Amino acid sequence: MPEDISRVRISVKVNGKQYTREVEPRMLLVQFIREELSLTGTHIGCDTSYCGACTVLVNGKSVKSCTLFAFQADGGEVLTVEGLAKDGQLHPVQQAFSDCHGFQCGYCTPGFLMSTVQLLEEHPHPTEWDIRKGIAGNTCRCTGYQNIFRAIRAAAAGEGADIGH
Amino acid sequence: MYPRPFRYHRAKSYPEAILLLSELGEEAKFLAGGQSLIPLMKLRLSAPRHLVDLNFIPETSYIHCNGELRIGAMTRHAEIAASVEATRIPILHDCSAGIADPQVRHMGTIGGSIAEADPTGDWAPVLLATGATVETLGPAGERSIDIGEFILDAYTTALQPAELITEVVVPLPAERSGGAYIALKRCAPVYASASIAVQLTLHDDHTCRDACVYLGVLGLTAMRVTAAEELLRNKPITADSIEKVCAAVKDIAEPTSDMRGSAEYKRQAAGALAKLAVETAAKRARGEYVEATHLYA
Repeated sequence: MPEDISRVRISVKVNGKQYTREVEPRMLLVQFIREELSLTGTHIGCDTSYCGACTVLVNGKSVKSCTLFAFQADGGEVLTVEGLAKDGQLHPVQQAFSDCHGFQCGYCTPGFLMSTVQLLEEHPHPTEWDIRKGIAGNTCRCTGYQNIFRAIRAAAAGEGADIGH
Repeated sequence: MYPRPFRYHRAKSYPEAILLLSELGEEAKFLAGGQSLIPLMKLRLSAPRHLVDLNFIPETSYIHCNGELRIGAMTRHAEIAASVEATRIPILHDCSAGIADPQVRHMGTIGGSIAEADPTGDWAPVLLATGATVETLGPAGERSIDIGEFILDAYTTALQPAELITEVVVPLPAERSGGAYIALKRCAPVYASASIAVQLTLHDDHTCRDACVYLGVLGLTAMRVTAAEELLRNKPITADSIEKVCAAVKDIAEPTSDMRGSAEYKRQAAGALAKLAVETAAKRARGEYVEATHLYA
């Protein structure tokens, strides 16, 4: 039997749990996460690769999951906002956003959290410019970014949360 | 938004990918990082019936330095930005570290970017200024194509049907060389309003031996500014000569007014970028460490 190329079988580890699904090739990673796995913490904002609300980590690198086919993550590991908290404890980046009120309506927040996790991994002690570059792919239409910057600085300084998490 | 349904083919090697595309014909496309193709497919501006996925082919993402810099076509922009070898040619770092935003740089590839030949793409002016060569593989075999002969027009390259890019080769610049690439954008994820790549080689700290100047975004392809090169070549670099270079750049630009700015704004921006790029390139050629990157305004 020839392979059915109108479906694609993918196996992805999401937040530590292995999932295998047969999906349409055109299914985007964000749809796979939200609709197949019911992990709706990852948001669809602009759906055009601009706003970054859909940011997740694939194999430790931030990507816009609205601009990836699900099959591009096959065999890989995905981390979404649901995978940040451990044992009922917020991730230090989540805690810092909460402490500093680094959000208003909250729609863009999952994407900002994932970009910040990525940023602090590469730059544990980021300069202002590192922070600007690090969240340049994320858009917030409420806050004016000031509290987001405060939250990122606080997370980097290990304030108000257990950074060794 | 869902793209039109398509059939999926995962290639295990470049020869297999080429064979698949040859068999599937015009309704098929290669998928590299997808950072341009996927948005186009979602908007149904592109609606291929088949995608041949290059992402799972081993050993297509690498940076080797052995007398010249060889960059695998599937190397992501972020990998080039993080590479010690590539950073030895600062203009490559200016470009790779500034393209779009971190998320796009983690997926987008150098091969995919130049195969698309978008007039607003960042790589073309940089690779033209550094005299790069594009290595390709297709049904008729391998080819080495000078980047100047590879990009033919907006969205048009010398690639034949079912031919793909395997590698980009950048010669190491001569001693006392320095370059800079600077793009002006409204913000990270959008297309640039203007960009310029300058590569200089000096005789001594004040005199230029050779110069390469390419203007990006403001024409159908990156435009060589030969008048600016002549103003620099075999002459002292002075405030006066830099002013004339800026005038030459503004003169050649073919901007159009759009949501990124008026034609006049873009023309003035091109001149300002030229000044900054020449000054940065000259400092680097003298051995100074200078950071340069995309500017947001």
